[in-house]
Amino acid sequence: MPKYSSLQQVQQALHSGAESCEGLVSYYLQQIEQHADLNIYVEVYAEEAKEQARKLDQRFRENPQAPGRLHGMVLSLKDVLCYEGHGVTAGSRILEGFESQFSATAVARLLEEDAIVIGRVNCDEFAMGSTTETSVYGPSRNADNPDYVPGGSSGGSAVAVQADTCLASLGTDTGGSVRQPAAFCGIIGVKPTYGRISRYGLLAYGSSFDQVGVLVNSVEDAALLLEIMAGPDEFDSTSSQTPVPPYSEQLDFAGKARIAYFPTALEHPSLDPEVRAASQQLIEQLRNEGHTIEAVDFDYLDYIIPAYYVLTTAEASSNLSRYDGIRYGYRSGDAHSLMDTYKKSRTEGFGTEVKRRIMLGTFVLSAGYYDAYYTKAQQVRRLIQEKTLSILEEYDFILIPAAPGTAWKLGDTVDDPVAMYLADIFTVQANMVGIPAVAFPLATHSNGLPIGLQLMAGKFEEARLLAFLHDVVESVTYSRQ
Amino acid sequence: MQIDEKLISRLEHLARLELSGEERAHIQGDLNKILDMVEKLNELDTTNVQPLVYINEEGNVWREDEVRNQLPREKALKNAPDEDGTFFKVPKVIDLDRNDA
Repeated sequence: MPKYSSLQQVQQALHSGAESCEGLVSYYLQQIEQHADLNIYVEVYAEEAKEQARKLDQRFRENPQAPGRLHGMVLSLKDVLCYEGHGVTAGSRILEGFESQFSATAVARLLEEDAIVIGRVNCDEFAMGSTTETSVYGPSRNADNPDYVPGGSSGGSAVAVQADTCLASLGTDTGGSVRQPAAFCGIIGVKPTYGRISRYGLLAYGSSFDQVGVLVNSVEDAALLLEIMAGPDEFDSTSSQTPVPPYSEQLDFAGKARIAYFPTALEHPSLDPEVRAASQQLIEQLRNEGHTIEAVDFDYLDYIIPAYYVLTTAEASSNLSRYDGIRYGYRSGDAHSLMDTYKKSRTEGFGTEVKRRIMLGTFVLSAGYYDAYYTKAQQVRRLIQEKTLSILEEYDFILIPAAPGTAWKLGDTVDDPVAMYLADIFTVQANMVGIPAVAFPLATHSNGLPIGLQLMAGKFEEARLLAFLHDVVESVTYSRQ
Repeated sequence: MQIDEKLISRLEHLARLELSGEERAHIQGDLNKILDMVEKLNELDTTNVQPLVYINEEGNVWREDEVRNQLPREKALKNAPDEDGTFFKVPKVIDLDRNDA
């Protein structure tokens, strides 16, 4: 159990005088040290966090009426989010020693509300992976069983919260990279609607998929963090102008929900029987509570992953062309011409998974293959989007497992990329369509690892999604524990 | 679709990569496995389906075209692998014996 499972608890302790920001930071630093073997942090900002905590404590003593809304929020950042004056490397050698010259909009907005950043955490290289094993810093480990992966790519973020080394962590989600590790580590992971949070200062992987997300212990914290980060940003023209509701004040779910589930998912051959049973049990419980929950046909499930890997690798091959060894990042010492500099720096700087995806992306975008692969996948993406949105016109939510099974052993998918890719089958849909989705812990598998489920909602329906999770699902799942 | 050695070499050049023999063979095998998986998309009839390109359907957001958000020179050069205080330095660009640069 975490010492504090929500910011509300922290702030109560701060107001009663039982806790201080400095005390909080010391506690989390101790936790970080104690869990060093899980390889969660790439860099810990110990002195800086303590210093900031002392300043916040002093300000609070002088004026207890006006702390920021995130007073007492100790955060970690995935190593793909820029924080001015701090390193960011995307888990890659190619960004060795790189220092951010500005803060990501999402990060800046949290800092303005007095969040304390305690460090940056490990992830798959350029967020490409489902296990956090492709990081140049080596794998992070699942705190429930260190022989198992924490999931990925935001694996460091998930274990950071799971092992109580911070109250919340920012991750990014291109195809499930927030939700799958949250499910593997037994915490809550939220990916908002595409464009809900600015991507400015997020190291790009697949720009039409990437979203900043949160990994937390409580729905309240997810709501508050999203509310603060969300909204238009002049530095990201794809950030949405849609007004941001005060999610944290709208966590009461009124009435009954209409929920769809896919038999094609629950009967999928890759699905672990215990995950299936847990899903079915939740379906029954929601039905007993008076919600409408119905089986709906969705025949595109097995087309999602192939289309996703064509599109994201194409976008990645383009996005990662900026790493050329010229203006920043790693430059090979062996290069003697310009072309050599590009080739050798990139070859020595990128890891195998990144090279694999750049090569695939280059292939699907190359003359002669573009239409057959890239255009085709974009067409399939539209079919998937239209079908999903039409379901969400009739239903409030789609309920689906977060992953086919629980976390697997370290090393199990290292030699089989296709097996690793297929494990994203249930999370990728939300990114293909651009809709919000949450993963939440539901049960413990007989192997001792957490089982996570997932809810998707229509575009910009975060408020209803979080309220349903808060009022309905949590009460159902907590009553079972 | 099979990716052969000739195509792998072409892709390497386009991607500005230079794989070692072992890594090349490995990636070639992986790409072929992945393309086998991708073949599945051909089961779907996508005649007259418009490719989906933009996920955010809102129109463009206009702003004044003014210079903003500039970095001072020292800051801009801070992350450079090689610089002389004014410029980024790179290896020789013009090489008369080679035509690929």
